[in-house]
Amino acid sequence: MTLELTDYERSLIGGSQGDATAMAMRILVSAAELVGAGELVEIRSAHIDGCLHHGDGGVEFAERLADDGGRVAVDTTLNVGALDLLHPDKVRAGAHKTAMARRQMDAYVRMGAEPTFTCAPYQIGHLPDVGEQVAWGESNAIAFVNSVLGARTERYGDFLDACCALTGRAPLHGLHLEENRAATVVVDASHVPSELKARDVFYPVLGTWLGLEVGRDIAAIVGLPAATTRDQLKALGAAAASTGAVALFHVVGVTPEAATLDAATHGQVPGRTVALTAEMLRGSLARLSTAGQGGRVDAVAVGSPHFSMGEFEHLVRLVSGRRLAVPFYACTARGTLLALEEQGDAEVLREAGVEIIVDTCVVVTPILPASGGVLMTNSGKFAHYGPSNTGYEVLYGSLEDCVDSAVAGRALSSPEIWAW
Amino acid sequence: MGLVAGRVLVAGEGGGPLLRLDEPISFWGGVDPVSGTVADPRHANFGTSIAGTVLAVPSAVGSSSSSAIMLELLREGTAPAAILLGHADAILSLGVIVGEELGYAGIPILEMPVGELVSFPQSVQLHVSPEGIVTQASS
Repeated sequence: MTLELTDYERSLIGGSQGDATAMAMRILVSAAELVGAGELVEIRSAHIDGCLHHGDGGVEFAERLADDGGRVAVDTTLNVGALDLLHPDKVRAGAHKTAMARRQMDAYVRMGAEPTFTCAPYQIGHLPDVGEQVAWGESNAIAFVNSVLGARTERYGDFLDACCALTGRAPLHGLHLEENRAATVVVDASHVPSELKARDVFYPVLGTWLGLEVGRDIAAIVGLPAATTRDQLKALGAAAASTGAVALFHVVGVTPEAATLDAATHGQVPGRTVALTAEMLRGSLARLSTAGQGGRVDAVAVGSPHFSMGEFEHLVRLVSGRRLAVPFYACTARGTLLALEEQGDAEVLREAGVEIIVDTCVVVTPILPASGGVLMTNSGKFAHYGPSNTGYEVLYGSLEDCVDSAVAGRALSSPEIWAW
Repeated sequence: MGLVAGRVLVAGEGGGPLLRLDEPISFWGGVDPVSGTVADPRHANFGTSIAGTVLAVPSAVGSSSSSAIMLELLREGTAPAAILLGHADAILSLGVIVGEELGYAGIPILEMPVGELVSFPQSVQLHVSPEGIVTQASS
């Protein structure tokens, strides 16, 4: 397919909006040709995942655009960087890496992106409407904006996310197109006990299974409660996007493109239907832990994706008046920390021993104690990436189990909820 | 002297010894851009240098941050001389396109049926033309 550009889009290549936008447009056109798009689509917002320092080439790219006068053309939020800019002493990194990571984050802010530095921009007010075309990076945010908000993005990553933000365009292909958003697999959760489906701890396990078993196909999940919360859907999507290339799932009766199963499948007969069994879920649960149960716990980390206000309120109730015996990290957006400070919750959390990390997280940045050991988490994403990125063994459990274990200094869990 | 044609994802010219990987690879987490070696201990080619090779892989998998690793390989001078992919991949190609914008020397990336790559013995000297023709360099 030949890529057709509008007069305006061609003018960008010619430099009508400056050198940076011209460079962004050249890269975008190359990418659109690679994926076989016939045209570009106008986007309303972007979430840039290019702030994380992988090497100095990423800094050079961002600074070239910023120095050439690049400005984002649409509302743009920024994903995590490799530093906690509000608490720089919490990150163990060399002087060169720290300076370059800082320059990379600064360059995107110079281009007019909001310094949000969060992997959950949808928790701090970046909420596109149903059907809106956007260009988002960061796998959990992509899954959330497509599935839970019903906006439309493909999977964007380093460089291309910024090029979309600067030009206000994205290649029109994949999940930007209505016809590619139909569910082709039905996942039936009706036999899972209601008590389990009401628990937060269920959703990362379901997501882990979904990523492994459904992957790039689009699932319509039936049998989840109408009261399934956004935090639970966030956890489901983040885990699914960790173990598989899941960018969109539907939950019938819950998510916006799935009022009915028929709506989710666009009236077509699904390719296959899978009924969830206890065995499948226990298999996924087992995958989320590399450390043995009942042993010691050296640190706890929560907040991948970044903790929401609702999750913090739950944590406050759990830790109030208690003293955590091991380091306990809660990762969140700086905007969320501000709200916690204002309502006095930050103080309660710190008194109990919770360290609040902003702008980044413990799996992409060296923050955990260098001594290593066993990391407990309630996050499917931390559990998936923890061993390779931090060197820690991981143990997955509910937020309640994480707090109880952090108080006791050894792993406490409630395996009985998985027996049915 | 074998000769196969691939679909050009990124045009360019390059040559070097064939390095055929039998399993997919994620550049992010799987390749160290400073040394240019396979860095994933679970990968069958762990520790092998990809620098200067004509790298043939069934497919590139994993994170979109692989674009950033591709860019680093070009910047560090540790990139392969050319990449032959069993399945087209926009993420690695994007890393090369960005590198060329920044003035780094680019490399060709072709998509071609992996089966045809098996006809070349490992380490044979190959040449990739700007038109996407792979030939065995005469020795």
